[in-house]
Amino acid sequence: MSTGTEPYVDDVVVDDAGQQESFLEVENLRVWFGTPRGMVRAVDGVDLQLRKGETLGVVGESGSGKSVLSRAIMKILAPNARVLDGSRIRLDGVDLATVNPKKNRHLWGVDLSMVFQDPMTSLTPVITVGKQLTETLRYHLDLDAKAARAEAVRLLRLVGIPEPEKRFDQYPHELSGGMRQRVTIALAISCSPKLLIADEPTTALDVTVQHQILNLLRDLQASSGMSMILITHDLGVVAGRTDNIAVMYAGRVVEMAPTRRLFSHMRHPYTRALIDAIPKLDHPSHTRLASIPGRPPTIVDPPPGCSFAARCPSAQDRCTKETPTLVTTPDSERHSAACFFPLGTPEGDVARRRNIEAGVTAAGTPVLSGVTV
Amino acid sequence: MNAVVWRRRAGSVARFFLLLFLVTVAVFLLLDLIPGSPVDAILPPEATPEQRAAAAEQYGLNDPMWQRYLDWLGGILQGDFGRSFQTGLSVSDQILERAPVSIELAVLAMIVALAVSIPVGVWSAYRPGSVVDRVSTFMISATLATPAFVLGILLVYVFAVKLGWLPVLGWVPFSEDPAEHIKRLILPVLTLAAGECVLFTRLLKGDMMATLQQDHVLSARARGLPTRSILTRHSLRQSSFSLVTVSGVVIGRLIGGTVLVEAIFSLPGMGTMVITAIQSRDYIVVQAVVLLSAIVYLSMNTLVDLSYPLLDPRVRKVRTS
Repeated sequence: MSTGTEPYVDDVVVDDAGQQESFLEVENLRVWFGTPRGMVRAVDGVDLQLRKGETLGVVGESGSGKSVLSRAIMKILAPNARVLDGSRIRLDGVDLATVNPKKNRHLWGVDLSMVFQDPMTSLTPVITVGKQLTETLRYHLDLDAKAARAEAVRLLRLVGIPEPEKRFDQYPHELSGGMRQRVTIALAISCSPKLLIADEPTTALDVTVQHQILNLLRDLQASSGMSMILITHDLGVVAGRTDNIAVMYAGRVVEMAPTRRLFSHMRHPYTRALIDAIPKLDHPSHTRLASIPGRPPTIVDPPPGCSFAARCPSAQDRCTKETPTLVTTPDSERHSAACFFPLGTPEGDVARRRNIEAGVTAAGTPVLSGVTV
Repeated sequence: MNAVVWRRRAGSVARFFLLLFLVTVAVFLLLDLIPGSPVDAILPPEATPEQRAAAAEQYGLNDPMWQRYLDWLGGILQGDFGRSFQTGLSVSDQILERAPVSIELAVLAMIVALAVSIPVGVWSAYRPGSVVDRVSTFMISATLATPAFVLGILLVYVFAVKLGWLPVLGWVPFSEDPAEHIKRLILPVLTLAAGECVLFTRLLKGDMMATLQQDHVLSARARGLPTRSILTRHSLRQSSFSLVTVSGVVIGRLIGGTVLVEAIFSLPGMGTMVITAIQSRDYIVVQAVVLLSAIVYLSMNTLVDLSYPLLDPRVRKVRTS
């Protein structure tokens, strides 16, 4: 969090940004996958910045490229993935592409670490929980068996696992889902990472446990000062827990802003649609849940044009012909969006009103009745 | 180890003994199932009725069947498989003399097959399309298309006849000349191992590829663990179910059935013994070998069964629920 006197005023944060270096910088990251149908552009030109101790939320539907983004940073992409030339990922000023995982074996897993989506499958089933922890600790930190055991028990206690000495000798299948996710978190933070990537850490858990896990992550981050990327498809998860949010769609970041600003002044129609899709407590019962029509495209040889145009209630002719780039909004340097007709601007309002009146967008999609300017 | 685990193990062992009983009955009946009386098998066709009666008396063939079974079983439990009808020699002595040859062949072939197939299978699964993978896939197809006797003869032709690196045939006991003993074992062991090696590699590669696609492997990689540890500790054990199962069957098959290879290389194992016995209608020898093979099979399968919980702790739980 920034230390401005009025932390929620964007201008103060902007000043801060000038002083503090980005800890993680992703520049024009492009990851394509070779498939029988052609090259799928899973991540197609992503730029991100994350400062020390901050949390970045990455939000988007399934298939928007969030997980590929995190795996590219972790260097655990599938063998058919290709990171294109010009992609750059810098951690603390070091270009990760120039770091050889063989020579620098204590970067991934130590400075950079990751929590996966499904705790049911992300622990090795045939090794006890304790063994998995001590293996990691001993490999990276060169601890002896006794010290590693003590540290593992400490970590298990730290992530809130009762009776850590007993759990140490248990296998993953003997623990509940929430407990297993605590173990994967213990594994991820075992070597005090500087950056923790949590890829949908709560999607596979039930709601009460979700809350506990998110709080655990927040507390761990607060006490260790690590940076964190929280990947999710649920805006509700990132709302109160991140400093900035990047909204991804079809392999690109379509909007990026400080969290509060994103919720109050969203510019991209996709962000708006995502926020509208969160059920509200004050809705009368049996209100139809809002949804975004259609599905995200699979991007093989995309035609020019905004990839969201087909589903966007604001879409105009221009949106189907030109590809918008991510540009800074005039009112805040830290807020950028990739849209020709951003919400909350005169052009955007005109475009959307025109579509509502016509009942159909320039892409030929009917405008649903719930859509407002 | 809780009570449930032990109860299940006891179940495995109980099944083993039940099957063993059925096997002995079936093997015992072999003699009675041969067309005609066992006496026909023992005596030449021109024997007189008096000779036949004397033989029946001598071998206890006039007793009721259950009594003959018990006598036979009692003998076997004391290590007495009876005497050959043809030579009058003790079958036990013959087996004791020949079994070590077959067992040595089988065990060595097994070790060679596993030593080759485990690294090759693991690496082919880890790097599909790599040189190792492509070469092994080619070798698999080639070996599958080559019967063991063809391969054996081919090996003899190339290494013994053409290159002259190794002796052609025959057997020298280890006690006489260890170096020569090993030299003469190389080709038969290779011939036996080739087929099994191919089978093991394919099984392991398939299971391993499935395991390597699981999340926990990705998670181990994200922890920065070395590839060696990911491929062995985190993947190999749980990928070896099929391999262990088939290994059990294969070692049973190898010990009881190295017939072809022993014949090709004229080795004095149980295989050649069985061939001679069959040719001379010496059924009591056949009976003994069949029984031993069945026991080896059963024991191996029971061991395999008992090993599953060691391979994957989840099995300990799943089966009880």
